[in-house]
Amino acid sequence: MNKINLIISREYLTRVKKKSFIILTILGPVLFAALFIGPAWIASIEDTEMKNIAVLDSSGIFINKLPDADYIKFEYIADKSLNDVKKEFPESDYYAVLQILPSIPYEPSAVHLYSKKKASFSVKSHIASSMEKELKNKKLRSHGIDEAVLESIKSDVSIRTIQWTDDGEAKESSTEIAMAVGYAGGFMIYIFIFMFGAQVMRGVIEEKSSRIVEIIVSSAKPFQLMMGKIVGIALVGLTQFLLWIILTFLIVSGVKTAFFPELGTKNAQEVVVQDMFEDQDIKQVENMQPQNMDQFSGIFNSIKSIDFGVIIGSFIFFFLGGYLLYGSLFAAVGSAVDNEADTQQFMFPITIPLILGIFVMINAINTPDSPIAFWFSIIPFTSPIVMMVRIPFGVPYWELALSMGLLILTFLATTWMAGRIYRTGILMYGKKVNYKELWKWIRYKF
Amino acid sequence: MELLKIQKIEKRFINHLALDDVNMTVPENSIYGLLGPNGAGKTTLIRIITRITAPDKGRIFLHGREMKPEDIHNIGYLPEERGLYKKMKVGEQALYLARLKGLSKRDALKKLKYWFDKFEMQAWWDKKVEELSKGMQQKVQFIITILHEPKLLIFDEPFSGFDPINANLLKQEILKLKKKGSTIIFSTHNMGSVEELCDHITLINNAKNLLEGPIDKIRHEYKSNIYEITFNGEYQKLESAIKEHYQIIEQKKINGYNGVRIKLLHQTNENELLSLIIPAVEIISFNEIIPSMNDVFIKAVNENKK
Repeated sequence: MNKINLIISREYLTRVKKKSFIILTILGPVLFAALFIGPAWIASIEDTEMKNIAVLDSSGIFINKLPDADYIKFEYIADKSLNDVKKEFPESDYYAVLQILPSIPYEPSAVHLYSKKKASFSVKSHIASSMEKELKNKKLRSHGIDEAVLESIKSDVSIRTIQWTDDGEAKESSTEIAMAVGYAGGFMIYIFIFMFGAQVMRGVIEEKSSRIVEIIVSSAKPFQLMMGKIVGIALVGLTQFLLWIILTFLIVSGVKTAFFPELGTKNAQEVVVQDMFEDQDIKQVENMQPQNMDQFSGIFNSIKSIDFGVIIGSFIFFFLGGYLLYGSLFAAVGSAVDNEADTQQFMFPITIPLILGIFVMINAINTPDSPIAFWFSIIPFTSPIVMMVRIPFGVPYWELALSMGLLILTFLATTWMAGRIYRTGILMYGKKVNYKELWKWIRYKF
Repeated sequence: MELLKIQKIEKRFINHLALDDVNMTVPENSIYGLLGPNGAGKTTLIRIITRITAPDKGRIFLHGREMKPEDIHNIGYLPEERGLYKKMKVGEQALYLARLKGLSKRDALKKLKYWFDKFEMQAWWDKKVEELSKGMQQKVQFIITILHEPKLLIFDEPFSGFDPINANLLKQEILKLKKKGSTIIFSTHNMGSVEELCDHITLINNAKNLLEGPIDKIRHEYKSNIYEITFNGEYQKLESAIKEHYQIIEQKKINGYNGVRIKLLHQTNENELLSLIIPAVEIISFNEIIPSMNDVFIKAVNENKK
């Protein structure tokens, strides 16, 4: 036992001390944080300045009708010509001048926006949508539909999804958030298995080609060496994962308090989600307030409804399970070859189920309870990836238990098998190995 | 008293028999040469002794009792194909490998310091292995092999890759280890060093023991009754004196004297030979030729082929 600990700590420490590990650990969260903060930042830089827009409306339809937005204010000028305004424009604090011609009801292009700098897209789209709405209302009114009817016609659909648990509890949920969380989890497991599995393989090849392996196996059992390497690298993976979570959280909250104090203590995900809804707000500014509040509380509730304990817990379980299953196979491949170039033929059967897992995962995001999603989340070779997608939508306990149990059994089996290939392979040089040969090694009595 | 006794070891690989009924008795505190042509099964035998692989049949005794897995702590093994982690620092790596052999961190550090001082390698401690020359790496490996002061040391081609000075240094250390009480199994193709160092040998060929025993006894067994004589006088005189009973194999100058190699034929002995020569020429020296290990090796293996 002491020996396997020594091996684990060597595998762990040499990797954690590497420059590439440190760089990736720091760079990862910066990228994640950029992903979260980026959209919020981009949205916020546009409209920090108050924009006054002079409206010269010769049609008379829009006077005092265009709604102000957060950073857009309309001033209606009745007694000046365009030329007068143009002369005064350099000294005035107007951002732009909006000229509306009388032909506007029949001619869509009878609107001009003059500005010094190029007018921003958000200003342009705000004006256009406000005007369209006003024109539409005017036309409806001219057909004899009165204000009250118009008011009652306005309709909005916003579905709140609520889950009924078996014990009759109602839980607010959000399909979009479940999709995002599931996708992130499944994809991360896929990446981790490949990244750290390949590290196991490269480690084995390194030991074999540097010929240190014979020195080590004269002091420790080959199985101890293999398991020590696999476990050591698993710990490297977990360390990286935890550091990423902690660093991402620190960076996001640090940047948030420094640049977006108004966002307060909401977490990163909410920032993104909120942004999404702010976009819609612009289009439906009027009488959105009560519904808006409703929607936000819905998002809060659904974020709360996602059990992050369960998600992180099952992420760690499925990452470890999947990694141990594939890690031992990667170790076996590494032991069977003399250099990395020869790994191709054996990598194929390892890669196929992983890639299949990714395909099923994309399918399972839309239909988490379809038979294909169910079966692939039970079959151990794809279950770590596919099950991660299904978990945020809620998976019956028996399915989870079956999937986890099968995963444990399978990784025990692959580890046993890989161990037998490994102990023969590490001392075998200069031999082209094929599957028939590997099968002999598995059955080989030591 | 024997330290290691190997009894009727058999090992079959998928396509061939690597060891077939091999026996070996290594006396305590001796240097034991494990010889054989390439592919004879030496490395397999060593891997069985170091418990890297298990035999199909046969038993191994250490100190008179059957060998146990823990016994690998009493063995130091320097493989022929050896290497170190290239990217790891020398000191760190030596410490790791020593601890894998069961030494505590403190003991390992103390002993490593002693050996690094002795071989003047202190400056290497924080270097990466890949920065060292091959000979330097071999020195580090040698130290790692003997660090835990094992009862039994196994060296597979220890001198390959060393310059004569370092090879000699290593030879001296091996002799010192023997003096301190270690038993050494020594596998090599360099017959010169076998003659110099080994007390006992075994010769394995085609998975079988061909010869086993004390090196002197084996060399004497392979004597072929050849004598070397140097003399003052005419060669023809000597030749005519012995012609009928003895065969002259070779005629050459040795240290400025005339010299011959003569083979004794049946029912003759060295005294009779001398009595024939003495009247003919003035004898300077008269030696029996003991075959070198090189000759023994070639002869034994070739005879086995027939």
